[in-house]
Amino acid sequence: MNNTATPSATARTGRFFKDRLFVVLCLLSAGVCIAVLGVLLASIITQGVEYLGGPLLKNPPSRKPEKAGIYPAMIGTIWICSVCALTAIPLGVGTAILLEEFKPGNKILVRLHGFVQLNITNLAGVPSVVYGILGMTVFVEMFKMLGSASDPIWTLGTTDNWYYIQLPFGRGILAGGLTLMLVVLPIIIVSSQEALRAVPNSLRQGSLALGSTRWQMVWNTTLPAAIPGIMTGTILAMSRAIGEAAPILIIAGIVYITFTPEHLMDDFTAMPLQIYDWAGRPQESFHHLAASGILVLMAILLTFNTVAVIIRQKFQG
Amino acid sequence: MMTATAKPAALMPKGRPRSKAVRRVREAIIMSGLIGCGLFSIATTLTIIVVLGIETLQFFRLDEVSVWGFISGTRWSPFLGAQKHFGVWPLISGTMLVAAVAMSVALPLGLVTAIWLSEYARPGVRAVVKPVLEVLAGIPTVVFGFFALTVITPGLRWLHEGFNIYNAASAGLAVGIMCLPIVTSLSEDALRAVPRSLREGAYGLGATRFEVAVKVVTPAALSGIVAAFLLAIARAVGETMIVSLAAGNSPSITPDPRNEVQTMTGYMVQVFLGDASNFGPEYYSSYAVAGMLFLMTLGLTLIGHRIRVRYRQVYE
Repeated sequence: MNNTATPSATARTGRFFKDRLFVVLCLLSAGVCIAVLGVLLASIITQGVEYLGGPLLKNPPSRKPEKAGIYPAMIGTIWICSVCALTAIPLGVGTAILLEEFKPGNKILVRLHGFVQLNITNLAGVPSVVYGILGMTVFVEMFKMLGSASDPIWTLGTTDNWYYIQLPFGRGILAGGLTLMLVVLPIIIVSSQEALRAVPNSLRQGSLALGSTRWQMVWNTTLPAAIPGIMTGTILAMSRAIGEAAPILIIAGIVYITFTPEHLMDDFTAMPLQIYDWAGRPQESFHHLAASGILVLMAILLTFNTVAVIIRQKFQG
Repeated sequence: MMTATAKPAALMPKGRPRSKAVRRVREAIIMSGLIGCGLFSIATTLTIIVVLGIETLQFFRLDEVSVWGFISGTRWSPFLGAQKHFGVWPLISGTMLVAAVAMSVALPLGLVTAIWLSEYARPGVRAVVKPVLEVLAGIPTVVFGFFALTVITPGLRWLHEGFNIYNAASAGLAVGIMCLPIVTSLSEDALRAVPRSLREGAYGLGATRFEVAVKVVTPAALSGIVAAFLLAIARAVGETMIVSLAAGNSPSITPDPRNEVQTMTGYMVQVFLGDASNFGPEYYSSYAVAGMLFLMTLGLTLIGHRIRVRYRQVYE
């Protein structure tokens, strides 16, 4: 009796033992994720508190770490992210509306529709540094066909106007902002599409049944219902833009700037670039300065993400 | 809810043009605007291909480079020496090494965490781990680069003295941490899409949770998981800031992650940060490298898309 029961019992315990073991493995790996985040935050905070304070937020960069600040970089980030938001949001939401609300019936157009969709998946996968090189060629140099940045072939306004524009753009705000726009555009398109897809079809049908055209349906019904989702996605995309360094590094380079940019063609630096510059230096004190910069950057990102979460909770809850 | 109440008011014709012709013109203008938006994304892709293609051709037209030398060469020394060498393999090898280290961290850890989140974790625990992953996903890459340089590298050097100040292992670990949330969230989505009935069937046959998770649910979600892996690899290959801070700048073919390497992305940054003349071979070489990188990530994205569409098991 005992003899026959033992093998099946061990098999059972063996199988259950495996199950237990797997749970431990799972907890370990989830624990590693949490631990990594903990170590990361702890190391940045302990290194960063030293220089956190007034000078960091108000001063331009300096050779002395205790005097150095990220003020010009913050203003630069605001400039390029404004350019990025003003261009990327209309383009992205427009593309999402086209893809979601104007689905074609015609066979060739269906093909084209699928192609645009695949193309966007693709663009989302392109490394951001490639966008940087693209921006360098298209925006900064304009294929080297329109002269050089120091000798522009066309200008609008003078360097005193904030809207001063020249062709080619040169390594300025506008080129940086537009390059960032290329990076975040696929993110905005995909998240806006998801928001539009979540709008129930009954709303669309109701609108159409009341005699509105397709565009009136989109403008009066679908879009207002999708706005919270679109805003959440857009804010997350913008926080990506704020932290994105590689394409801006290609466009702006590491420049020593003590002034704040004043017009669209002005040289600039951005917060991630300043952090990169400080982190790459050999001196320990600059590493601490970089950590302080990271704390400021993360505080801004945290604010953005909190706003996104609040919007999501408020409208979708 | 909000819109349902707001809609009737919004639909009232508030002094809007009523004439059908005006309306039709307006719709046509808006429609063409939307189509313009759609075309913009196609134009972006075309511009990438044209720009990288033309400048790469310029590069190969130079005297000191040949296509074959670029594809098969094992020396990459664009800045130093009288004789410049443009053999791309050291850069590819560096990229692969960093990506391999990253994936050996991100793939197993990410997959196990995803299985745990989707099959095991109670809602309370989930509510802790999910935000942690979201925060990790939102951290800028330059921060991971800083982390690699100031925490991971000293840690590795403390464990073992053979590690260089700049090394592939440190950069790879940081890239792996960066990729972890991508692997986890995409794999979890795939696992969650597997219908309950499959799990219940397996439980009904007496399977343990482990057997259900690993032998039933994971195979059923395999296409989505593989697609997630490919996407993560593409991200790792294209990652720039971490490698440029922590992996170093000396292109070399080495399987040893303790050594300094240079990746394709790291080289691009070096060229555009440095004083490379705007028309020199090193300037054009960065376009050739970018072209290669673009082709690699394009291939990975397309294969991932193909796998997801083609091998997705549809349960209805």
